Amino acid sequence: MSVRPLPELIPDSKLKLPKQAERTLSSGLTVIAIRRPAVPLIELRLRVPFGRAPLARATLLSQALFTGTARMSSIDIAAELQTVGGGLSAGLDPDRLLVTGNSLAAGLDRMLEILADVLSDPTYPAEEVATERDRLVDHIQVAQTQPAHLARTALLTRMYGRHPYAVQTPEAEQVKGVRPGQLRALHADRVRPDGAVLVLVGDLNPEKAIDSAEKALGGWIGPSRDGNVPRTPELEPGPLQLVDRPGAVQSSLRMALPALTRTDPDYAALQLANMVFGGYFSSRWVENIREDKGYTYGPHSAIEHFVAGSALVVAAEVATEVTGPAMLETLYELGRIASLPPGEEELEQARRYSLGTLRLGMSTQAGLAGLASVFASFGLRLDHLREHSAALAAATREQVAEAAARYLAPSAAVAVVLGDADRIEAPLAALTAVERAE
Amino acid sequence: MKIPATKYPVERFTLDNGLRVVLTPDRTAPVVGVAVVYDVGIRSEPEGRTGFAHLFEHLMFQGSENLEKLAHFRHVQGAGGSFNGSTHLDYTDYFEVLPAGALERALFLEADRMRGPRLTEENLRNQVDVVKEEIRVNVLNRPYGGFPWLRLPPVMFETFANAHDGYGSFGDLDHATVADAEEFFDKYYASGNAVLTVAGDFDVAEATVLIQRHFGDVQARSKPKLPDFAEPDISGERRESYVDRLAPLPAVASGWRVPDPIGSFEQYLPYVVLAEVLTDGDASRLVERLVQRDRTVTSVGGYIGFMGDEYQVRNPTAMLLQAHMPPGGDADKVLRAVDEELDRLATGGLAPGELARTQARMATHLLRDTDAVLGRALPMAVLEAQRGRPEMLNDLPRLVGEVTEAQILAAAATLRPERRSTIEVVPGANQ
Repeated sequence: MSVRPLPELIPDSKLKLPKQAERTLSSGLTVIAIRRPAVPLIELRLRVPFGRAPLARATLLSQALFTGTARMSSIDIAAELQTVGGGLSAGLDPDRLLVTGNSLAAGLDRMLEILADVLSDPTYPAEEVATERDRLVDHIQVAQTQPAHLARTALLTRMYGRHPYAVQTPEAEQVKGVRPGQLRALHADRVRPDGAVLVLVGDLNPEKAIDSAEKALGGWIGPSRDGNVPRTPELEPGPLQLVDRPGAVQSSLRMALPALTRTDPDYAALQLANMVFGGYFSSRWVENIREDKGYTYGPHSAIEHFVAGSALVVAAEVATEVTGPAMLETLYELGRIASLPPGEEELEQARRYSLGTLRLGMSTQAGLAGLASVFASFGLRLDHLREHSAALAAATREQVAEAAARYLAPSAAVAVVLGDADRIEAPLAALTAVERAE
Repeated sequence: MKIPATKYPVERFTLDNGLRVVLTPDRTAPVVGVAVVYDVGIRSEPEGRTGFAHLFEHLMFQGSENLEKLAHFRHVQGAGGSFNGSTHLDYTDYFEVLPAGALERALFLEADRMRGPRLTEENLRNQVDVVKEEIRVNVLNRPYGGFPWLRLPPVMFETFANAHDGYGSFGDLDHATVADAEEFFDKYYASGNAVLTVAGDFDVAEATVLIQRHFGDVQARSKPKLPDFAEPDISGERRESYVDRLAPLPAVASGWRVPDPIGSFEQYLPYVVLAEVLTDGDASRLVERLVQRDRTVTSVGGYIGFMGDEYQVRNPTAMLLQAHMPPGGDADKVLRAVDEELDRLATGGLAPGELARTQARMATHLLRDTDAVLGRALPMAVLEAQRGRPEMLNDLPRLVGEVTEAQILAAAATLRPERRSTIEVVPGANQ
């Protein structure tokens, strides 16, 4: 059997950014339009600053945003959007209210008109709000039986203490008390154009698309309130927190580590260090606990960015009986990356992966829209991709080792494990101090 | 609103070893997608070996003729790309998306495992463990795990092929052997039973040379005869329930058999549109009735094929409706309302504009999926494997747009209670 050589890679072409335009309207709304005409569609993202908004009301508002306007019922809104192949939905994160949508390219103006009506003239009708409230309550009840949600909730509390980011899902009881009038008041107070960013991507002429947005959204006006969230607190390492889920066949391992913001000069080095550790499939941690040991299916480690701070979150679901050994390997791999410099080849591999996925992320309308919208939340534009690519290309082994030593050390981590406490407490306690959560 | 179309070019050819190739170049982004589809899926796995098609998919990543374990992942990701594979009822796909300069590498990797994966006891046992963790994450450790895709087929179907659990029992997975894997590869992973598709930023002539270079000497092996999985429709309403000890709220799903998606595509397609008329968005029939008016459900969805792959599934398959209910929800009441709405539709017809707006929204979804290179490479590979018509991807928005009101009404009229199979989730959490 002859050995066949692995084909060489043809070097990447220069990073090419799509044609785009930007304008900030007199209302304070920034509109960014990006041309990618590959399919005759438009992607829409609107992010409205929503930091420190009251959680139960804000969450219900995001679910009830399309329940009606002075002119249209919820069914009219949905039907009118469908007519142009369109759809709009809303969501909430701790910093923003996010509207996501798309339509046929020829439906751009109509989609913008409907969006404008919803933003500037909503009614939050009692019947529809009651329906959405009940649905949200049920949804929260279901989420509270999902291990991923429970582990996330426990980790956020452990990470952020009394900071607003600590709680990102309201209690069902709080939601039950929200009235339509409170949604109208919250909408009037916070769903404002000042500081909001609208991104349109697709088969469009950027200047003309912005003209359309200006025309449609001209009536959406009003000052915004200060929604700034205080900087996130430093993580306070301490005993591993064990959350009991009796009878669970898997344990949910979660760890949070400090991280840098996207614009920090050392960010590219930290990103590469995380890649080598556990940030992609061909990382040490995944190869170890999945491909060598078979403890888990989809472990992952990623840097999460919020406006008020960034964190690195490590997550794996592992069989109950190997919870201790899986934690052992996790601590070992974190300790190894924090203590020893990465190998040349594994660093190059992580670098090429990071540079490549950045290109893949820009290759669709939806990918571009997501990137441009997220970046804009942090005051960045698509050209940040160029700077970031350069930083990834330039980061040295020493810089990566230094970032790993500072940010990936297991002694700096806060850890939460959700699982069958009676079965996993002793194996975990053999490795680190453990306390049971309330 | 006029429904637009894409015009992705399609080049097809077949290598001497029987491998069918589909090329669809598009230079708007510097990326390529490579997909290999084998015409074998969950329905073909042997009795006593539930979950084997999926387990075997995992084994295809564990090294091959020129590649050590882990090498496949490292070579794709080290080229800046991403990979995955998935196992469906009627096919198994393997794919990469990469910067354009890595095309030849991806072809090399796919050709190498088409010649033969390294099937070892160690890799097999390791991947059985990984698959068990996958099943725990997706089924055993979460509420509504496997609902309804693993739960409804055994109610609806009689034969092992159509009814069994495609993720597999832990017992069957534990009993899987290297010899089983070798046999499965020999039987189903022949080049003549596969389709290779490349989509994205490449030159057709250059890619053709590369494909010939890497796949041309893959040994020709005979293609297995395509099994017929047909079985008669049920002869009366079927209904079962089970307790999900992790689920806090009740849920229900029903399925009705639909015409052959391939042999009777014209009769089949109206059901695909009907599912959207019934459940796509707040202005759809069942959302308006069940969620907004009756408030008997918190969500309702409708689709075709147990894995939601309506253009990539063979006969027999079903149209599914599934609903999650509030505390104390009554599945009977929900099913009665569904029957009423189907009757109302079949006898009263559609409202003005109702069909056109549903078709417009479906066109957006179809077009949106094709914007990604893998959104072309994967469906085209399956359309070639199952129909010999990869270019049909360009036609789907138009074909959906040509479905008439009369066809929708006729389809709705067949969804009778006596043709319905239902599975109900009884909540077992917090009780």
